[in-house]
Amino acid sequence: MNELAELVPYLGKHKPRAARALVILLALVAPLIAIMFGRTWVRVLDFALLYMMLALGLNLVVGYAGLLDLGYIAFYAVGAYTWAFLASPHFAEAFPALAAGLGAADGIHLPFWLVLPVGAALAAMAGIILGFPVLRLRGDYLAIVTLGFGEIVRIFMNNLNYPVNITNGPQGINLLDSMNLFGWDLARSIKLWGVKIDSLFFYYYFFLLCVVGSILFIQRLQISRIGRAWAAMRDDELAAKAIGINIRNMKLLAFALGATFGGVAGGLFGAFQGFVSPESFSLMESIAVLVMVVFGGMGNIAGAIAGALILTALPEILRHIALPIQQALFGQVLLDPEVLRMLLYSLAMILMMLLRPGGLIPAHARYSRPEFIAAGEARA
Amino acid sequence: METLLQQILNGLVVGSVYALVALGYTMVYGILGLINFAHGEVLMIGALSALTTISSLIGVAPDLPPLLLLAAGLLVAIPTCMTVAFLMERLAYRRLRGAPRLAPLITAIGVSFLLQTLAMIVWGRNYHTFPQLISTTPLQPIDGVFISPVQISIILVSALLMFALVTLVNRTRLGRAMRATAENHRVASLMGVDVNRIIALTFVLGAALAAVAGVMFASNYGIAHYAMGFMPGLKAFTAAVLGGIGNLAGAMLGGIVLGLVEAVGAGYIEDFTFGFLNSSYQDIFAFVILGAVLIFRPTGLLGERVSDRA
Repeated sequence: MNELAELVPYLGKHKPRAARALVILLALVAPLIAIMFGRTWVRVLDFALLYMMLALGLNLVVGYAGLLDLGYIAFYAVGAYTWAFLASPHFAEAFPALAAGLGAADGIHLPFWLVLPVGAALAAMAGIILGFPVLRLRGDYLAIVTLGFGEIVRIFMNNLNYPVNITNGPQGINLLDSMNLFGWDLARSIKLWGVKIDSLFFYYYFFLLCVVGSILFIQRLQISRIGRAWAAMRDDELAAKAIGINIRNMKLLAFALGATFGGVAGGLFGAFQGFVSPESFSLMESIAVLVMVVFGGMGNIAGAIAGALILTALPEILRHIALPIQQALFGQVLLDPEVLRMLLYSLAMILMMLLRPGGLIPAHARYSRPEFIAAGEARA
Repeated sequence: METLLQQILNGLVVGSVYALVALGYTMVYGILGLINFAHGEVLMIGALSALTTISSLIGVAPDLPPLLLLAAGLLVAIPTCMTVAFLMERLAYRRLRGAPRLAPLITAIGVSFLLQTLAMIVWGRNYHTFPQLISTTPLQPIDGVFISPVQISIILVSALLMFALVTLVNRTRLGRAMRATAENHRVASLMGVDVNRIIALTFVLGAALAAVAGVMFASNYGIAHYAMGFMPGLKAFTAAVLGGIGNLAGAMLGGIVLGLVEAVGAGYIEDFTFGFLNSSYQDIFAFVILGAVLIFRPTGLLGERVSDRA
């Protein structure tokens, strides 16, 4: 978990081990601190972890493989809707006759461990479906076509309640099952030795586990053959092709893997939130995840983590600080929280590109650090 | 048959708006190789600033003739949009010329959302009714086919503007400088062309067209709001790609073709898909066309291959 050390500004450079320990400690106690300010803040942290997964996944596509994807939220939607369809009463409401015939009169309620891989697989498939036609496109064209893909998915979510009710249209699907790990329902708060432990904590630690798993996976991926092939492809596609990298497979793999992260995060989101509707998967959300990656630093695990954390928490903090200030200064609320969030995101995007294109924590060229070079020489 | 004719007419009206906006995309792309994502937002600002002008004028002098009101709206909208476009080129895009390829595009997305947010602050979140100053009572030139005066004027005005733009680009000194800059910045500047000025002018010209398009769009549908620029912007971009981006004639052709496909497609999609899809899927056509053109004919209908350029 070397990458994590970079999250701490000064310490990370000089005492990486201490920095890493600090990050891990903070991650473990964060919800305990947050609960002192109220339950909402634990919820914010839970969402920050979900966004971290999304940012890590998008970072694979944008940062490592260099493919600007503006429809990333579509995969999140696929994951969430898979959970919604396979773990809610919706099926019985939409197809009462069929459901009764199958003996599922109260809807399909498949277990968590079954639905999550299904959602991830469907998302990966969606990634490949998107990837195939856009193989030949680069740069800005790719961006627009992926944006179109995201919009198409959203239009279908909005309208697929007729003639066959699959998504329940703009109302979305309600009453999704909560997460159930081997008989332990994460949505239920537990009373332990007289202390009530909020369910939000369980979600927090479970999501944290998922994020840590993702980080470990991506870290290995980054230095693997695939990660290096992506970097080569991103820096010069023609040269990469010339040294024998299969560009087609690498691009498809980037889309599919990125989408898998989106699908898993989507499933977690559906179970956590309890309902899904097309509103949660608008273009604004795709852009929000992209801003997190760009703001934090493209092609960099620590960047994605920092970007997701800061850009999820900051709008909430602003909501609590800026509103009373406006109230006191002008006697009314001029900029509501949603406007503040959009303002923050768009300015973050423009200013970052103009002033610090590498992001908050710029990705450094691999092997440029002394310890890497030394290790390389020793091996040679 | 009447349905088909009717849909073709509707397509022509929407298509000419797309064509006007597409010209802005294609000019900027031709010169800078940049997809100016925020171009659709310029259209929105045109419509909303015209709306503010018109409604405040109505408040002051309620019995001005409608055409005068519309002219006043345009007279405010056009300079406003030109200023917005000038500022975004000057403050954001100019500093990113020659930056790595993703940077200008990400900035453009940021500018687009920034403009939307600012519009939300200024004009609020609500839908505003746009005064329909040109009559919308439909005429019936053929039995069962309707067209309103506002639609007729949309077609006429856009034809006029397109003609003016093409003349400007092909016949004037400024147009020659623009074409030279599009060809090669450095050589153009060696020949005494002030490249920075030409690029700024290109943005400003495109914005003026978008302002008019915004007013027409809002007059046709009778509503305006802060996010109204997004879809037309995206579709106009599709139109520019469909025609062959960087090519003026292509942008116009692409706009009209896209408008027609959309209108006719929306009219018949239910029959074609046996009732599975209905006209609420209208917006999909543009995206499918965009994808298909880029994959099968990246040069567009009339143009050079550019999809590798990034």
